[in-house]
Amino acid sequence: MSTLLDVKDLVVRFYTQEGTVYAVNGVSFELEEGETLGIVGESGSGKSVSSLALMGLIPSPPGKVESGTVMFEGRDLLTLKPDQMRLIRGKEIAMIFQDPMTSLNPVLTIGTQITESLKLHEGMNTSQSRKRAADLLDLVGIPDAYRRLDDYPHQFSGGMRQRVMIAMGLSCNPKLLIADEPTTALDVTIQAQIIELVKQLKDEFNMAMIWITHDLGVVAGIADRIQVMYGGRIMESGTSHEVFRDSRHPYTVGLLGSLPRLDSSGEEKLTQIEGSPPDMRNEPAGCPFAPRCDVREYLQLEKCWDQRPPLESVPDVDGGSMHIMSCWADIREGVLENV
Amino acid sequence: MSSPAMAVDKQKVLDENDHILEVSDLKKHFPISSGIVFQRQVGAVRAVDGVSFNVVRGETLGLVGESGCGKSTTGRTILQLYRPTEGSVKFEGQELSTMTGNDLRQMRRRMQIIFQDPFASLNPRMTVGSIVSEPLQIHNMYANKKERQQYVEQLMERVGLNPYFINRYPHEFSGGQRQRIGIARALALQPSFIVADEPISALDVSIQAQVVNLMEELQDELGLTYLFIAHDLSMVRHICDRVAVMYLGKIVELGPVDEVYDNPQHPYTQALLSAVPVPDPVVEEDRQRIIISGDLPNPSNPPTGCNFNTRCPVAFDLCYQEPDPPLIEVRPKHFVSCHRVT
Repeated sequence: MSTLLDVKDLVVRFYTQEGTVYAVNGVSFELEEGETLGIVGESGSGKSVSSLALMGLIPSPPGKVESGTVMFEGRDLLTLKPDQMRLIRGKEIAMIFQDPMTSLNPVLTIGTQITESLKLHEGMNTSQSRKRAADLLDLVGIPDAYRRLDDYPHQFSGGMRQRVMIAMGLSCNPKLLIADEPTTALDVTIQAQIIELVKQLKDEFNMAMIWITHDLGVVAGIADRIQVMYGGRIMESGTSHEVFRDSRHPYTVGLLGSLPRLDSSGEEKLTQIEGSPPDMRNEPAGCPFAPRCDVREYLQLEKCWDQRPPLESVPDVDGGSMHIMSCWADIREGVLENV
Repeated sequence: MSSPAMAVDKQKVLDENDHILEVSDLKKHFPISSGIVFQRQVGAVRAVDGVSFNVVRGETLGLVGESGCGKSTTGRTILQLYRPTEGSVKFEGQELSTMTGNDLRQMRRRMQIIFQDPFASLNPRMTVGSIVSEPLQIHNMYANKKERQQYVEQLMERVGLNPYFINRYPHEFSGGQRQRIGIARALALQPSFIVADEPISALDVSIQAQVVNLMEELQDELGLTYLFIAHDLSMVRHICDRVAVMYLGKIVELGPVDEVYDNPQHPYTQALLSAVPVPDPVVEEDRQRIIISGDLPNPSNPPTGCNFNTRCPVAFDLCYQEPDPPLIEVRPKHFVSCHRVT
């Protein structure tokens, strides 16, 4: 497998009337062809903004990509002109958004919206594109697909609308699909349907995928690799086994501890992370998690406040492992038991 | 805050025959009308369509289901925020559905609600102090202004807010802090029963545990009874003693949480539980999902026969002919409404 996407040191800021928002503060990651990367974080962690940045979709002003490179098949997406970027967006890289209610145009039929990118990128005529659109709707499990091309978004339920979004995303066989909280607005039984569908289509199309979510459970089942974000930075990254079963960052440990489990009765109290997420209008000098970190408090680490920990391999890990984290502390050897 | 009237109940010993709330055959239908000048009713959304259950004093009963299943409407109808179309709601032995005016207002001191969205449920033009003390004014408690402020400060402290912020406005707080304000407001009248309508679903993951732990502490300390409405099934298992699963306005399964989660009997409960992802890749690899197809039917036009028959993987003849059977006790304290089981 070869590298499809290589993001290096991405910095995104928003210059608003209330001050500068430091949304993404140096994010680097790679994505192999056909790989699924789960990006997990709470609201304001920069997970959506970083993916919008690599699609060239940061509204400017007020937003600005301050620095960084996004190499996709040998080209830096951040330096492309708008019309060059338009040829990639929708064709090479497609995106599914959180809310299918608002990301479809309510005054155009579903058929018009799906065929738009087919006509633009694939040069199809109306009858060819309609046939392909109907095939796509069929593929994502919408019954009576050809007839439904002439329906409007309000005639579909939430789950069906998300299927339409997925059909649109897949229409030009993209190499990379970015799904930004695609199931957050849906009920669990519908979420299970969509996850199953995406898993199956991903293999069929051999796409790489970035799945952005705040739900740790969702990515545990689908992602090859997980990246945990907080305060516009990557805290920990590795295979899902490494991140969930051998967590090394205090934030990941805290987050997992604060989640109740469906598969065990909840006798013990949930461990809670004190405080609240950082105000992104202040540029954190050190680790963004420092104010809420129990481990920092226990180990009396002073440098957490003013020195940014580098994103490096976790200590004592097999060669070839991708398990990396950004923390000054080593939480093994009984540190957690004492916190 | 700790008056002798509020007994401390750390061990959570529940008397199962001490029902704080008895709901029987509760229905709430919202009319659909048509016509511009002369409005006439052409149908009804059967949001809650015959729900019966009891709540034991001191327990937390979870009410779960997908959006549109009627769980929030049930909570609000119990508190008489919506008046029921049919059925009875008995709270501490008194029938609420026929009660009006001042009598009902007096009952509201004993039962309160925490809302889902802490951004929408607090008046942006009122300070925290006036939000929390408004119920006290309405019910003429703590008429002395100074005493009232002291009490509000105690409440704020109890829910983890700095009393120093008493004169601040809701927009100056984060989501988790706002939910604490909502909890303080609900506690102000020292109620015995609280309906918590999705109190954590609008909050960030790391904040949810804070609010849930606070609610558990308050329950232990004040002997509160909760009706916990949620769609997060993992959290319900953690916080609740018993759980009721709703589908299209009816309860399909009811029982102690561990019993229902480990031995779900209704096909809908089985599908619902199997659809919830677990944050553990090893567990996820081995899990068998029951994927039910389709969407929730329209509650103004429910299917004939059992409500679940349009999506049920094991439906047979009877399910299309006969309406869903009443809840039947299949195991101790575990009730199910399904033709397959009975």
